[in-house]
Amino acid sequence: MNLLIKGATIIDPQNKREEVADCLIQDGKIAEIGKNLKGEGSVIDAKGLHLMPGFIDLHTHFREPGNESKETIQTGSKAALKGGFVAAVSMPNTNPPCDHRAIIDNIIRKAKEVPFHIFPSGCISKGREGKELSEMADLKKAGIVAVTDDGDWVGDSLLMRRALEYASMLNLIVMTHAEDKRLSAGGCMNEGCSSTRLGLRGIAPVSEDAAVARDIELARMTGAHLHVCHISTARAVELVRRAKKEGLNVTAEVTPHHISLSDESLEGYNTNFKMNPPLRTKEDIQALRQALKEGTIDCVATDHAPHTDEDKMREMDDAAFGVIGLETAFGIVATELYHKEKWPLAKIVDVMSVKPAKILGLGPEFGQIKKGCEANIVLVDLEKEWPVTHKEFESKSRNSCFLNLKLKGRVAGTVCAGKYWKF
Amino acid sequence: MTSWNRKDLLGLKELSAEEINLVLETAKGFQEISLRSVKKVPALRGVTVANLFFEPSTRTRISFELAEKRLSADTIQVASSTSSMVKGETLRDTISNIEALKVNVIVMRHSASGAPHRLAPRIKASVINAGDGINEHPTQALIDMFTILEKKGKIKDTKVTFVGDILHSRVARSNIWGLVKLGAKVTVCGPKTLLPSSIEKFGVKVTTDLQEAVKDADVINLLRIQLERQKESYFPSIREYATAYQINRHILKTAKPDVVIMHPGPVNRGIEITSEVVDGPYSVILDQVTNGLAVRMAVLFLLSGSSKEGIKEE
Repeated sequence: MNLLIKGATIIDPQNKREEVADCLIQDGKIAEIGKNLKGEGSVIDAKGLHLMPGFIDLHTHFREPGNESKETIQTGSKAALKGGFVAAVSMPNTNPPCDHRAIIDNIIRKAKEVPFHIFPSGCISKGREGKELSEMADLKKAGIVAVTDDGDWVGDSLLMRRALEYASMLNLIVMTHAEDKRLSAGGCMNEGCSSTRLGLRGIAPVSEDAAVARDIELARMTGAHLHVCHISTARAVELVRRAKKEGLNVTAEVTPHHISLSDESLEGYNTNFKMNPPLRTKEDIQALRQALKEGTIDCVATDHAPHTDEDKMREMDDAAFGVIGLETAFGIVATELYHKEKWPLAKIVDVMSVKPAKILGLGPEFGQIKKGCEANIVLVDLEKEWPVTHKEFESKSRNSCFLNLKLKGRVAGTVCAGKYWKF
Repeated sequence: MTSWNRKDLLGLKELSAEEINLVLETAKGFQEISLRSVKKVPALRGVTVANLFFEPSTRTRISFELAEKRLSADTIQVASSTSSMVKGETLRDTISNIEALKVNVIVMRHSASGAPHRLAPRIKASVINAGDGINEHPTQALIDMFTILEKKGKIKDTKVTFVGDILHSRVARSNIWGLVKLGAKVTVCGPKTLLPSSIEKFGVKVTTDLQEAVKDADVINLLRIQLERQKESYFPSIREYATAYQINRHILKTAKPDVVIMHPGPVNRGIEITSEVVDGPYSVILDQVTNGLAVRMAVLFLLSGSSKEGIKEE
């Protein structure tokens, strides 16, 4: 496929490029970047738009196999492309869970049928039960990039030690869903002023802080790469900051909702604000933004967690945890961090693309716009204002916590594996 | 005078002081009906009220039912064990079905906090929250406030102490929202494990020391201690709880001589309160039950938008 993108401002921090230029894509690869390029095939007039390395999501629930009524690899990939993503790490809490090679083989086969890059993660423990290690070496041969029992923390400290040791030998990232479930049991929102006011059972921040602290100590001992998923508290941020300062191999991600919404959002008992970890306080939001800015938190990840209306439209205590996020991630980041906080665009690209590519150890076709490499890039309109509406999602599910919000900044088109997508 | 403009009564959190006073004043007018030989007025004639109790209840349910009958409403009772909820029907569908029968008022108790708040905006019928999870129990708090008014003459500057499981108490929460708005001085007292997070930020005094809480209280409102909380490690034993937080003759010696003891019931005699105190001169527990009728009649009356004519004798 040939495509000429004319007149966009290219933001490519890895190659220190921040200028208006044309980008020519030939046979799916970046053929040339420069002024006044000419080429055969389609031409996109991208004047006023910005061209960036495509976004990479470290945390997507594609729900396949097992929960195809919520999402499939097909629909999830379309949602991701619409959101400007070119690659995502799939979470292993499927049904059956990704604890055996056959399931990973199946996901990889299905992923090949979609025009999107899926890097699967596998379970830390068999059946996600937190009792015995899964066959990580075999899963690695099948193609996983990380292990996680996401949705659950590995409560057994000895098993976690072994998991970190074993995974580090295989060069696998260990992604931790840091939540001591004994401390959070029965809760459905952050414990604090808001939970007291709303009469809802709380999830104490310490359930996350204590789990992060233990995992960091085990990472210190084992030397493994620990990645803290969806970090949400000021205290957990401080623990990661300290670990990084000490030179530990610890990385962290934060979701768009945790940097933009507080626990006061639950006022109307709307279950679209119920997720795990829960929305925290305004002070936590400030700490998370600061940490993302200074690099203590490496990147933004969506924790895209689709659920059917039937699972979501229930009483607060009974409703499923989780929100979708692929299609609104850039809009939130642009609105909150670029427009409101005036972050430089290179920093936006860093947290959405460069850092996740580095964490996964991906090649030059990701996280940058490099001549000769497969084109995985995104075209964005930073000034475009748009309302998040129920009918607009490509995802199979509609459980967004940003519904009816007006965002500024929108993905105009995505080139993934050299193919152009516009929604 | 303020008029009532709400479709629903979901909690005291969202009511203004004026609205609370309106309910309390309206209730005063209804007290006398229960003293008549014919205890019935036509105020709610032709109005259908559904009492949906998705959680076990005896006193609240019969209190509402009797209040509705004294106002001449037609009533239906649905208890969780007899409803199709047990067959897997969603709350929304159950309510939609009941609404399709053109019910005017739904009185609802549910184990999930926020259940009535989620339903009310979606249906035409008025919703009265008869207790949702650990969130609110507005009519009970209105009864407690009405009783304070009756016994103490005013609410402003009256010192009201709550003792017990504040964390899981919807009665305490509703009372706190209402009493603070009306200018009462509220203290909550219980073991630290049973005090809600950041409760001090809502204008109440917090203590774990019963002596201090009782010392200058005008009203002590006791909360039922649920025995199963011990298994969840909220306190080591009933014995230790009772030793530290029981209201008995000894502790009352340190209280004001005109203190009144309230309890929304059901009472665990010998645990949070001794029998001697339940049945003693300080106790206004049965007055609360009696006042419950007048307050619930007032709420039903205001929500169904009836005119004053309706409360005249037939």
